Amino acid sequence: MPNLSPLLPNGWSHYLLGGLTIGTGVALLFVLTGFIGGMSTVYTSTWSFVVQRPFFRQAKLVNSRLWRLAYAAGLIVGAFVWWRFMGPTQRVAVSIAPVQLFVGGLLVGYGARLSRGCTSGHGICGLASLGLPSLVAVLTFMATAFLTANVMARVVGA
Amino acid sequence: MTTARVQVPAETVTSRIPVRSLAQLGSALLCGALFGFGLSLSTMIRPDVVLSFLRFTDLGLMLVLGGAATVTLIAYQLVPRVLNQPLFGGTFAKHESIMDRSTITGAAIFGIGWGITGVCPGPAIAGLGAGSWELLYAVAGIALGALTHGLTSSDGRAKNG
Repeated sequence: MPNLSPLLPNGWSHYLLGGLTIGTGVALLFVLTGFIGGMSTVYTSTWSFVVQRPFFRQAKLVNSRLWRLAYAAGLIVGAFVWWRFMGPTQRVAVSIAPVQLFVGGLLVGYGARLSRGCTSGHGICGLASLGLPSLVAVLTFMATAFLTANVMARVVGA
Repeated sequence: MTTARVQVPAETVTSRIPVRSLAQLGSALLCGALFGFGLSLSTMIRPDVVLSFLRFTDLGLMLVLGGAATVTLIAYQLVPRVLNQPLFGGTFAKHESIMDRSTITGAAIFGIGWGITGVCPGPAIAGLGAGSWELLYAVAGIALGALTHGLTSSDGRAKNG
């Protein structure tokens, strides 16, 4: 195997195994239920419990809001199982500033819903469906994310 | 996985939620757990690791995305040819594939936010399970961003993803 350490300084196996596990979750959801398991829709469908505006009353949101919440709860369960049995003894602390998390989150939430997908909706489900719009979306958000992250690193130093 | 297909007489179902829905909810919880475990194992719940990918110092994210998309590709392309319907009934959904200006504008905005935080919608929730409570700031931001989109959208179609 060639020396990939400059590109993968933290190794490669946990990345590949983790990715295969994520794919198994999305694939199994499809086999069992036929659902397409992107993650960003839950942030819209959950609002349908409390917001009465027509947009949030759409059948596709209302009818999927329960399983999407269960799917999101599963994320927390799965991460907890990893942490409890394979993770560090301390909690996984995040060093990114709260304002950075919140402002970035606003753009992530607005953008993903406008684009009808995120890293999982377009990146996993869309590409696996061989959808050209998803490929365009992935290339677009990769490009703006590369640009933003590097500008942030050099200009802001954050 | 066939146990939930057992027919339960209607009078024994006390909840308004039918058995099939319970099986689907259980499936979503289990599959979400696999998703969350995978995100944790691959360290994608750590924004600093994602940012190191976006700054080209660790390309591991490509293995995560590639591995996940490949397994899903096989399932999406092959399973509907082998099975008439999902194991718990219903129909195989199709990923909503729409190309318009919103697809690109939204992706561009999403990418800017992703580049600022290193956080995307799945890992923001999953990380909470590993004690990363700071991610609640990101979850709040994403939820408000999604609310803003819904309130300002003239689009009547539901979104997928």
